[in-house]
Amino acid sequence: MFKSLRVGALAAALMAATSLTAVAEVVLHRDNGGEPETLDPHKTSVTTENNILKDMYEGLIGLSADGKLIPGMAESWTISDDGTVYTFNLRDAKWSNGDPVVAGDFEYSLRRIMDPATGAKYATVLYPIKNAEKVNKSELPKEELGVKAIDDKTLEITLESPTPYFLGLLQHQTGLPVHPATVEEHGTDFVRPENVVTNGAFIITEFVPNSHVTVVRNENYYGNDDVQIDKVVFHNIEDRGAAVRRFEAGEFHIVDEVPTEQMAHVKSTMADQLLVAPYLGTYYYALNHESEKLKDPGVRQALSMAIDREFLADEIFAGTMSVAYSIVPPGIDNYGEPAYAEYKGQSMIDREDEARELLEAAGYNESNPLKLELRYNTNENHKNAAIAIADMWKPLGVEVSMLNTDVKTHYAHLRDQGDFDVARAGWIGDYSDPQNFLFLVESDNTGFNYARYNNPEYDALMDKAAATLDLEKRADIMKQAEVLFMRDLPFIPILHYSSKKLVSDKISGYEPNLRDEHQSRWITVSE
Amino acid sequence: MLRYVIGRLLTAIPTLFLIITISFFLIRIAPGGPFDLERPLEAKVMENLNKIYHLDEPLWMQYVLYLKNVAVLDFGPSFYLRDFSINELFAQSLPISIQLGTSALALALVVGGFMGVMAALRQNGPGDYSIMAAATLGVTIPNFVVAPVLTLILGVWLGWLPVGGWGGGAFVNKILPVVTLALPQIAVVARLTRGSMIEALRSNHVRTARAYGLSAYLVIVVHALRGAILPVVSYLGPAAAALLTGSVVVESIFGIPGIGRYFVQGALNRDYTLVMGTVVVVACFVIVFNLVVDLLYALLDPRVRYD
Repeated sequence: MFKSLRVGALAAALMAATSLTAVAEVVLHRDNGGEPETLDPHKTSVTTENNILKDMYEGLIGLSADGKLIPGMAESWTISDDGTVYTFNLRDAKWSNGDPVVAGDFEYSLRRIMDPATGAKYATVLYPIKNAEKVNKSELPKEELGVKAIDDKTLEITLESPTPYFLGLLQHQTGLPVHPATVEEHGTDFVRPENVVTNGAFIITEFVPNSHVTVVRNENYYGNDDVQIDKVVFHNIEDRGAAVRRFEAGEFHIVDEVPTEQMAHVKSTMADQLLVAPYLGTYYYALNHESEKLKDPGVRQALSMAIDREFLADEIFAGTMSVAYSIVPPGIDNYGEPAYAEYKGQSMIDREDEARELLEAAGYNESNPLKLELRYNTNENHKNAAIAIADMWKPLGVEVSMLNTDVKTHYAHLRDQGDFDVARAGWIGDYSDPQNFLFLVESDNTGFNYARYNNPEYDALMDKAAATLDLEKRADIMKQAEVLFMRDLPFIPILHYSSKKLVSDKISGYEPNLRDEHQSRWITVSE
Repeated sequence: MLRYVIGRLLTAIPTLFLIITISFFLIRIAPGGPFDLERPLEAKVMENLNKIYHLDEPLWMQYVLYLKNVAVLDFGPSFYLRDFSINELFAQSLPISIQLGTSALALALVVGGFMGVMAALRQNGPGDYSIMAAATLGVTIPNFVVAPVLTLILGVWLGWLPVGGWGGGAFVNKILPVVTLALPQIAVVARLTRGSMIEALRSNHVRTARAYGLSAYLVIVVHALRGAILPVVSYLGPAAAALLTGSVVVESIFGIPGIGRYFVQGALNRDYTLVMGTVVVVACFVIVFNLVVDLLYALLDPRVRYD
C-alpha cells in the first residue's frame, strides 16, 4: 500500500518535472473590464465582447497593433469607381477544425447578422450594405442582401451608396464570420467552447460566467508562427479597485481601465506601467432644444463657455480625460482638425464674463436665475462632474437641480422623449470617421438625438457628405456641419475619453491606439 | 416528525407562489427593458427579440408561462448573458456559493462559539472585554472595507495569498473570501453565545451538575452549552440562507463566480428571468433553513416536540 503510494507520488513528480522542462507555456492574463454578454459575433454589442471575439475570429479586415486597418481574411480588395462595389480576394486560411475559410462563409455570416431572427443588437453598423436595412426589418428576404460569393476566394459586397469608412465598418466586431456548418448543426449553442469553430489566432476552451474566458493558440491560424502567446485568460471582473490590486500582485498583466480614484496611487507607485492615450469618444451634456429655457442660442453658448474643462479633466477626472471643444475627437480618420469652439484657448475669466453677458441679455442673472434640471446616470464621477459644473454655472445666474437614475432608466428616459433640460451622455465611436459622431443629431436619428435638434441645413450637409466620394471635399462638408453643431449646441462637448491602462513591463507589443483595441496576437510576454 | 416536515414543506408552496407573483410584477415596474441599450435597437430587431423571449405577449400570459416553467424547475433563458440559461448559470455558481457559505458558517460557529464561551467564563474580566471589543469591531467594519484591506496586506504586500479569482476552487483562493464572509458572523455568534452562556451558567440545572461534581468539560459543553446554543441556532437559520446564496460584495471584490452577484446584475440589466431565478433560490433557502432551525430546536431543547 505504502509502496504503491510512493511510486504514484514519484510518477506524479516526474510528470510534473517533465512538463515543466518542456517549453513553458506563455500565458497572458488580461483584465477584461466586465462580463461579455455573449460570444456570438452577431449578437455582440460591447467592448468586453470585442476584446475576446477579435482574438477568436478574424474578419475580412484586421487591425494592426497601432490601430491601423490591415488585410485580414481578405488579402486584397478593389473598389469600383463609384465607390459602391467592393471585391475582396480571400487569403488561404483555415478554420480551427481545418476547413478552408471561403467567401461563402462571409456571405452566410453577413446574412445571418441581418436576419431579424438572429436578434442582432448591432446590425445597424452594417446598414450601408445594399438592402441590409430592409432585410433586417423583414422587408426583403436575406438572400437579397448585397453580399455575394463569386467563388470560394472572391466576395463581392455592394453598398447602398458610397461609404468611405466601409472598410472600418467591416473591421467592427459585427463583421466577424461564423462557421456555417457549426451554426447549422448546433443553433444558438454553437458558441459553446465544445462546439465552436473559429478562424482567429485563438480558440476558446472555457467560459465561466462572472469569472473568466480562456482561449488557447489556434494551430490552424495562418499567422500562428508569429503568435508568441499560447494561452490568454480574460478576467471578466467589474470591480476596478480589485483589478488594480491583482495587477500589483502580479496576477494580471494588463488592467483594462484604471479607475479615477486610483489614479493618484497608480501614478505614484506604477507610473512607468500606466498608459493613458486618447480614445475615440466624447463626454457631453445634451441640451433639450424643445425646452423653453434653452431656446435662446445665447443661453446655450453661455452654458458651454462657462464650463472649465481643464479643471474637470485634471481635478475631477484626475487626468483620465482630455478637454473637448468639439464633438468629433481630434485624431479621427478622414477629417483633419475638428471645428473647435471659438473660445478654445480663451482665458476662463474672459469666458465667464462673456457668458454672464449672454445670460444677462436673455434676462437671467443671480436674482432671476435660470433654473435647470440636470440628469445623469448614477456614478461617482458623473456626480462629481455635475456638482463642479453646477458650481461653475452658479455665479452666472444658473440654478441647477440634479436628478440621477440608474443607467437603464437614464437612457430609456432620454430615448423615449422624456422631459429634461440638461442630461449627461457619452458616445464612443464604432468606427473612426467623423460621420459616426455627427450623425448623432441628425433630425431623423430618434434614438440618439436626445437634444431633439432639428436643423434642415445640418441634415442637408450630412446628406451631401454621404454622397461625396472625394474624401477631402467630404471632410470639408462635414466640418461645415460641425460648425453648425458648435453654433447651435445640441450637445455641449465637455471631455474626450482616454484609455487608461496598466500594462506590465513584462509585456511588449502593446501600443496605445485611438480604437483602444489590442489583439493578443500582437502582444508578447517575457518572463 | 415526518408529518410535521411534510406539512411545513407543503405550506412553503403558497409562500413561494406569493413571492414569485409579487417579484414578477415588481421587476416589470422598473423603467427600461432587458434590450434597452445606449444604442437603441431597430424596431424590428426589438420586436424579434421580444418574440424570442415571449416579451411580446400580454403580461399575464408571460406570468402564466413563467409559473408553468418554474413548476418544472426551468427558469428560462438569461436575457443578459445570452449564451446561457438561468439553470446553467445556477448550476455553475450555486455550488461555489454554497461551498464558500458553508465554510464561512462553520468557521463562524467554531471560532465565534469558542470565543463566546471563553468570554462568558471570564465574564467582566480582561479576556471578556478584549473578545467583546474584537466582536464589536467585527460587526461594525463592513466587508467592502475588510476585503480590500485583507487582499492588500496578505495578497499585494506580503504576497502570501492570491488577491482574487476562484482558481478552480483551490484552497488558497478560498481563504480570504471565507474569512471576509465569516468575520461579522463570528462576531455575532460570539456575542450571542456569551450572553446566553452567562445565563445558562447561572441556571439551576448547571448549578446542580456542578454540585454533583461533574467535570468542567461536562458541565460547560454538555449541560450549559446545549441550552446556550439555542439563540445561536435561531440566528444561524436566516444567516445560513444569506451566506449560502452568496454575497455581492465578496464575489465582486474577489472575482468569484458565485450566485450573489446575479441578483444585482439581473436587476440592473433588467434580466427578468435572472432576478426571478435568484429570488426563488433565496426564498427556498430561507424556507429550508427556517425548517432546519425548528428541527434542530426539537433536538436540542427537550421541551420542543413536533409529534
